[in-house]
Amino acid sequence: MSILLNRDTKIIVQGLTGKTGTFHTEQALAYSNTQMVAGVHPKKGGESWTSAGGQSLPIYASVGEAKEATGATASVVYVPPAGAAAAIEEAIDAEIELISCITEGVPVQDMVRVAEKLRNSKSRLVGPNSPGMMTADECKIGIMPGSIFKKGSVGVVSRSGTLTYEAVYQTTVAGLGQTSAIGIGGDPVKGTEFVDVLELFLADDDTKSIIMIGEIGGSAEEEAAQFLADEAKKGRSKPVAGFIAGRTAPPGRTMGHAGAVISGGKGGAEDKIEAMRSAGIVVSDSPAGLGQAMLKAIG
Amino acid sequence: MFLSEQVSKELLSQYGLLIPEGRTAKTPELAEAACKEFNAKRYVVKALIPAGGRGLAGGVKFAATPSSVREIAENLLGSTLVTEQTNEGGERVDAVYVEAAIDIAKDYFIAIALDPGTGSPLLLASSDGGVEFEQRSRMDEGTVRTHLLAPESDESRAALEGFLKEIGIEGTTAIDSIFAARRAFCENDMTLLEINPFARTATGDWMVIDAKVLLDGNTIFRHPEFETMAADLSRPESELEAQKNNINLVKLTGNVGVVANGAGLGLATHDMLVDAGGDPANFMDIRTTAKSFDVAKGVELLLGDPNVKVILLNVHGGGMTAADTVAEGINFAYSRSERQLPVIAHISGQNAEWGIRILRDRKVPVETFDTISDAVSRVVEIAR
Repeated sequence: MSILLNRDTKIIVQGLTGKTGTFHTEQALAYSNTQMVAGVHPKKGGESWTSAGGQSLPIYASVGEAKEATGATASVVYVPPAGAAAAIEEAIDAEIELISCITEGVPVQDMVRVAEKLRNSKSRLVGPNSPGMMTADECKIGIMPGSIFKKGSVGVVSRSGTLTYEAVYQTTVAGLGQTSAIGIGGDPVKGTEFVDVLELFLADDDTKSIIMIGEIGGSAEEEAAQFLADEAKKGRSKPVAGFIAGRTAPPGRTMGHAGAVISGGKGGAEDKIEAMRSAGIVVSDSPAGLGQAMLKAIG
Repeated sequence: MFLSEQVSKELLSQYGLLIPEGRTAKTPELAEAACKEFNAKRYVVKALIPAGGRGLAGGVKFAATPSSVREIAENLLGSTLVTEQTNEGGERVDAVYVEAAIDIAKDYFIAIALDPGTGSPLLLASSDGGVEFEQRSRMDEGTVRTHLLAPESDESRAALEGFLKEIGIEGTTAIDSIFAARRAFCENDMTLLEINPFARTATGDWMVIDAKVLLDGNTIFRHPEFETMAADLSRPESELEAQKNNINLVKLTGNVGVVANGAGLGLATHDMLVDAGGDPANFMDIRTTAKSFDVAKGVELLLGDPNVKVILLNVHGGGMTAADTVAEGINFAYSRSERQLPVIAHISGQNAEWGIRILRDRKVPVETFDTISDAVSRVVEIAR
């Protein structure tokens, strides 16, 4: 078992014909059993796309057509910022179950519109500004490097791309391996939050422990800690290790992710770390200690 | 992207909000001359700096006559203001804003931001406007009240009226002004609009005395005008240069240049460096989509910064950017620079070994470490 994606997941690519889409689709096709089944381009329907390795995918004019023809349940969005929200909306309209938006730089107010549409839909969005998600030895959606994964028992959820890789790598080195790793993205308005992914990991039998990587800004980490504490009271709990980036960032400056700003005394690292520790999460002081923190949480 | 006070106010006035008349001036003489361009009984001279907290730091002064406007401008121009919101070095005053002083009956604070829960515009309001607002609100969280501001309709007007009454803001023109501000917020892709003070004047009007706007920098593709609107703001040249190459650079005051790929890894690297007693000269996220040319540009900016003594490189190859791409970029920057600062590196992920080999073979003065902790210790040692 795993969460959200597995060897049976059929994926279409929105933005396949661009450079980024092409590069990562080739990488995904090369990873384990990943089933990339089609591309979507409004003006190139009926054409086909061929990877450097000679694999071909059909291109459809719309997400709806692609879904109909291939039975895909997932979509990955590489469309540039100006068109990314519209691409997500098209996938929601086509009732794609899992939409993964990799695009960085989607306008906040566009995402507000998308978030509203998601609320009454059959779709789950992960991202934007996300590295995507992986299930070890089964399926890769997005841009995480496949080589660092190893099938195992840790579920990883993160707001940051490269720190996800760090956590994955360290759990591989520690011999634990991963079930799935989900990058929820660094933007302030996004589809899937920590709480959503934690719920899935708690429910997944193969996931024995969880790593959660947060950042300064917002209150999603506090909500996640509260959720874990509440679930533990109901007798549902798994060992969790965590890390919060940005403890020493000067207030009021945007460092990288638009979501990573301490404003008005809210969203600071200390509050998040405190909330996580009191929910029983082993919080590492540095990303280099994530593997050790996980081993300590397991006990 | 921040808009300066006068650009923020001009933008709001296009939506029908009232603002005092005023002019920007870069010399004392022009400041005096500006007084003749509008009617006012008294004047106020404001230092134009891209940070708040000015009032308490002596950056806002009243003047009764044009000649005293000149004197005040003389003192402010060229001076450096250190406020709660600037860094320790403060901000140099290169221009002042001369404005008609308004007879204010009462100051209020209003702001519009995106509600983190719903993503809808959220109105924040307080009956305690003015210069000390931020300090007071920090001491007492109850100072500010919030209200989800739905698009204008009979229903939402009634709801807003009820909310404002509790704060002490009454009358149709105040409600009109706030809905106008909401339109300005949405149509211009703002992420923050702050009006402080939002003032009731002695004659019963509602006026924007000072305003601050934060725009969503990701919307330039549909707002090409933002580029010139935000242009008069003093972000360091190097940050703007980096932005052109898709690099996220924030200048800080220390002596360790930092290069990381990915925002989270950048933040974490900053934390580790500070914890170990190091002092970062910058935050730099070269992104996981960077090409070697982008990396080269970023490293060039660090090599050109006289404060930087040593460079800490923390890269996890992945995304579009494998470690060898980063190494090529660094090598390119070093091959074009006379200044050969030591590079202390932790390189992992895709093509890590290849990247390390490139740096060594091309004679970049690099020391590599297997763990970031070791790299950080070494960099702190050199920087001392």
